[in-house]
Amino acid sequence: MKKIATGNKAVAEAVKQVKPAVIAAYPITPQTEIVEQIAEFVSTGELNSRYIPVESEHSAMAACIGASITGVRTFTATSSHGLLYMHEMTNWAAGARLPVVMANVNRSIGPGWNIWAEHTDAMQERDTGWLQVYVSTVQEAYDATIMAFRIAEHNDVLLPVMVNLDGFTLSHIMQPLDTIEIGDFIPPMHLPHAIDPKNPAGYGGLTGPDQHFRFRWDIERSMRDSVKVIETTEKDFYQRFGRKYGFTEDYCCEDADVVVVSMGTLGKEAEVAIDILRKEGIKAGSMRLRWFRPFPQLNLMGKEVVVIDRDYSFGFGGILAKSIEARQKTDVYGVIAGLGGQEVTFEDIADFIRKRHIGQEFWFGVNDNV
Amino acid sequence: MTMYEIRIHSRGGQGGVTAARLLALSAVHDGKYATACPFYGAERRGAPVVSYVRIDDTPIRIYSQIKKPDMVVVLDASVMDVVDVLQGLKKGGKILVNSTHKKEFAGFSSSHVDLTGIALRENLVIAGSPILNTPVLGALAKTGIISVDSAKKSIREMFTDERNVRAAEAAYGEMNA
Repeated sequence: MKKIATGNKAVAEAVKQVKPAVIAAYPITPQTEIVEQIAEFVSTGELNSRYIPVESEHSAMAACIGASITGVRTFTATSSHGLLYMHEMTNWAAGARLPVVMANVNRSIGPGWNIWAEHTDAMQERDTGWLQVYVSTVQEAYDATIMAFRIAEHNDVLLPVMVNLDGFTLSHIMQPLDTIEIGDFIPPMHLPHAIDPKNPAGYGGLTGPDQHFRFRWDIERSMRDSVKVIETTEKDFYQRFGRKYGFTEDYCCEDADVVVVSMGTLGKEAEVAIDILRKEGIKAGSMRLRWFRPFPQLNLMGKEVVVIDRDYSFGFGGILAKSIEARQKTDVYGVIAGLGGQEVTFEDIADFIRKRHIGQEFWFGVNDNV
Repeated sequence: MTMYEIRIHSRGGQGGVTAARLLALSAVHDGKYATACPFYGAERRGAPVVSYVRIDDTPIRIYSQIKKPDMVVVLDASVMDVVDVLQGLKKGGKILVNSTHKKEFAGFSSSHVDLTGIALRENLVIAGSPILNTPVLGALAKTGIISVDSAKKSIREMFTDERNVRAAEAAYGEMNA
């Protein structure tokens, strides 16, 4: 059926399809609509899950961890300060190898108090062992949430996955949504190290200096293995449901002299900028990075690179720009734009590309930066 | 068609966001792509608010605010005292005002319809406020940006009360260009 939905509703619809056994969540703007909608699905019986309304995000993740370790599918959603508040537990979920899936509605961190889109919240989780995907449309929010469960629960991965969508810009706008019946797209969850509540046993969680590094390496090995799992999952999704996704979404990149790299909704807006520049005779392309962890190899060889960061690491630079510089061993033009929901139009993005100074950093809208 | 951009002015609580949603859904039923964006600011009941709708034949990739709309819809004429509703409106663009009488806007094509009167006639009132978001869909269909069938279908998908459809039909018939 043809319908339209917000990004938040799309995530909730995806969760309804995937049927987690346990959902534990705490509301926070601009994520609230996700958990409200899921709670409604549960209350009307459309979704037969155990919904645990907890008293904090730390508890939300702790409850998901407790449920997941028994071998059942789990989901939560949060944003911004909620994500930071669960930080101790996000590390735990990854370290304990639990395939929790979480939607994070990207929002800036206060103070100053601001509820609008920024990626710094999720970026502060980048070293926890969570896989991270960033989406750009309502449909993609739905599709990526469904795929996240299959990827997380794959026995070559067994790591949690975070689906990121821009606060308000995507969470609250309405676009067409094509919902699907997933059938056997996601196999039943099998957690090899699941505990059995019916046969309680005591486990020691201590890993000494002679062991701990092995567990860390094991996370990294699975993170590397996840690349193939992501590829096969997205390929199977395309074959079954007809919508194609990859580590990046490339637009006019092949013959481009300059490529703008960004994430989330800005990556779609950037395509319109490319159309304008192409008409001016500038051979520009757009690369929208979808997966931030694992961080993919990007095909940027021989091209000038402009990176838009909707995030920042103080004293260092735009996190995406610096990641690309390190990985590609090349200088980029780093643009810091869209922080706290700052309006960035396709005309602005076209301007970033026209006025690029490779090797420099530019804060959009700030007058005293040189 | 090239992208068609509509800006809806209303006051918080009058249903501008729902009007945007119904308009976008109607366009989707017409086989087009659409995005409805409620603008979230310091929104409170009674304060002037805007929402946006983009309609196109191809998927919409723009998320920034509409700066040069093709059409402006004013659900509450009193916002015109405090907001420049013509801001950025394209030359020759359309303006649709909820009003009992015609308002002239030099350089723009203006039409009006008494949505409040229609809502009151159909007894479409919630908490003392007339419902404007379903009748306005009839007027929007009259402008030609969506079909009448899709407008009715969208209303029926979101509301069970048939008075909403009757109000939209009335607005379709009564709109004056």
